[in-house]
Amino acid sequence: MTQGRIAVAMSGGVDSSVAAALLSSQGHDVFGLMLRLWSEPGQDSNGQNRCCSPESVTRARQVAAILDIPFYVIDARDEFHKNVVEFFIDKYSSGVTPNPCLECNRNIRWGHLMSKALSMGATQLATGHYARIKKNKGKWQLLRGCDSNKDQSYALSMLGQSELERTLFPVGQHTKTEIRSLANDFGLPVAQRQDSQDLCFLADKDYRRFMQEYAPQSLEPGPIMNSCGETLGQHKGLPLYTIGQRKGIGVSASEPLYVLSKNKADNTLIVEKRSRLGKKHLKATKVNWISGDTTQNKIRAGVQIRYTANAVSAWITPINNSKVEVEFDHQINDITPGQAAVFYQDSVCLGGGLIE
Amino acid sequence: MDHAATTPVDTAVVAAMLPFFSNEYGNPSSIHHWGQRADHAVTSAREDLANILNCDLDEIIFTSCGSESDNLALRGIALAARERAHGNHIIVSSIEHPAILGTAQHLLKYHGFDVTILPVDQHGFTSAEDLRNAIQSDTFLVSIMYANNEIGVIQPIIELAEIAHEYDVLFHTDAVQAAGQLPLNVHELGVDLMSLSAHKFYGPKGVGLLYARRDTLTHSHQTGGSQENGLRAGTLNVPLIVGMATALKIVTASRSQDNSKMRILRNKLIKSILDTIPESHLTGHSTCRLPNNASFVFKGIDGNELIIHLDLSNIAASSGSACKTGNPEPSNVLRALAIPPQLSNGSLRLSIGRHTNDSDIEYVQQVLPTVISNMRDNLQ
Repeated sequence: MTQGRIAVAMSGGVDSSVAAALLSSQGHDVFGLMLRLWSEPGQDSNGQNRCCSPESVTRARQVAAILDIPFYVIDARDEFHKNVVEFFIDKYSSGVTPNPCLECNRNIRWGHLMSKALSMGATQLATGHYARIKKNKGKWQLLRGCDSNKDQSYALSMLGQSELERTLFPVGQHTKTEIRSLANDFGLPVAQRQDSQDLCFLADKDYRRFMQEYAPQSLEPGPIMNSCGETLGQHKGLPLYTIGQRKGIGVSASEPLYVLSKNKADNTLIVEKRSRLGKKHLKATKVNWISGDTTQNKIRAGVQIRYTANAVSAWITPINNSKVEVEFDHQINDITPGQAAVFYQDSVCLGGGLIE
Repeated sequence: MDHAATTPVDTAVVAAMLPFFSNEYGNPSSIHHWGQRADHAVTSAREDLANILNCDLDEIIFTSCGSESDNLALRGIALAARERAHGNHIIVSSIEHPAILGTAQHLLKYHGFDVTILPVDQHGFTSAEDLRNAIQSDTFLVSIMYANNEIGVIQPIIELAEIAHEYDVLFHTDAVQAAGQLPLNVHELGVDLMSLSAHKFYGPKGVGLLYARRDTLTHSHQTGGSQENGLRAGTLNVPLIVGMATALKIVTASRSQDNSKMRILRNKLIKSILDTIPESHLTGHSTCRLPNNASFVFKGIDGNELIIHLDLSNIAASSGSACKTGNPEPSNVLRALAIPPQLSNGSLRLSIGRHTNDSDIEYVQQVLPTVISNMRDNLQ
């Protein structure tokens, strides 16, 4: 087999298609891989994962044919179910709000898929993520994608040196608009396609219905209280509520009430007025430092608490090798246990951990 | 290395077809002389095919592919049996092509027919005794394939057809995989119905035929015009029919020569693979198999990935445990052979063709052991 072959994770979408086209046009020896993932057997989706529906496979196959590169579908349904779907159910059941995309990236894309790609003779894996990789003073750095609206470094914050060394993000230095226009230039029939879906394995987009069906035992009704301990009503099971949620809580008050926290120990849902949601501190566990070096000292960084949130200036204080405390400069809303807290210095992603 | 999947169209076949696309484009059903010329071409093709099959012209029904021929045979005969109330039971084998198994299941599920699926032994053979025991008073059709597409095993269809006839039961054989390499004389074989598909013997894709002994097939499953004596509605595909006849003439003429050449190369390939790759097994029978087929299982290997690895090394192959959607389930054939899953997940079919040569075989001999050993290392 040729040295320097590159496997491109293709989804049939515009970003990964252009990633493959860019590498191929630069003269690299490229082949496409697509994962077949587990999906809830469903009415609308016909048991097809929305990230790898037959239509997406056909699309990716067409793109590969236009680029004249080999293309293969790899079955990862069992691995995906075990590492992502079960994780999703367990975490929701335990009262937190998981981010399955990070788990998928960790175990499926940079786990299963990377190992398949390497065993097929690839030396690198490329994806269509909006992020960049740079070598700086002998270390691989993960940088935000140039298109700030599309930046996906948040969901890649669990990568380490060994992954980055073998990873390429060909679209990271472009904007989405440029990528769409490149797709047209390359003659790829994907320019108008929608982006990949979060929670791609649900038959519909309703995770609450999914939990009711797949983990009914986790849905134990309990009291809804405010932070003073006054009972305001009954909730239908903690997994059905999200931090910051307002609609559908089922209590009426003079001022709108939002979910402040979920207390698994006494199965209580705490709600509060908007003005009382803010918090200044969080603790993050399972912290990954992309550089591979653990920090002993307090550092200044921007901390992003959701995929769509802005980074907020904070002090990060290491508690131990895998745990940190974050102190924000000002109070922020919607700190959600189970989501990632991701640390940035300018556009460099330092890593991240799971909010406790 | 994947000639069982399909074959390149012979250049002489292409040349024979070309005039019938744009010049001689008449509809054979038309009254005028342009139509008559097209009809003449179809009749000549039909004569050539009837000569090879040793049957009458009106016993050949042109179809679009082997699967359609299988559907027509099963559904057409089943409709007649239903209408005349002289039978409700069909017998097929467990290693039939999905065109047979799927159609039989459809007849069972939606039309209330009774279906028996005969087991096979470890080599893939259907036993005469099993067939005899399965025949009921209301059995009207037995369908057993001539040679299997995955493991190449050749069924004793002469003997099986005789048994069916003892009980006055019609015998159909799916000869799609066999056609390029085995004798097709329907009288010697003793079959009542037989399906063929052109692209397996260096003809074009999209055309096949069903041989149906006179007065056996009386009902169509596709209604419309009265083409093919009302048994298969639809304008005849003149160029492809001409191509199919030309292709079958060519392979029949050189069959024994091609077979000996392929058998030598194939045997060399089998021996070297079994000798050099640990935990490798031949599937099917060691001698009673199509001369171009070599099929294996390798312990601890994912067949789907094996095909990908071989493709990346420029070798086209197939696996009964792979499909392009990435589903790693073993095929019905491998399951019927009762091969344990740690083996049946790692199946490989190498099938050679008339143009395969020594260096092709040597290349596979060189690449395959390395690929398998790398894949096994990667698992640890």
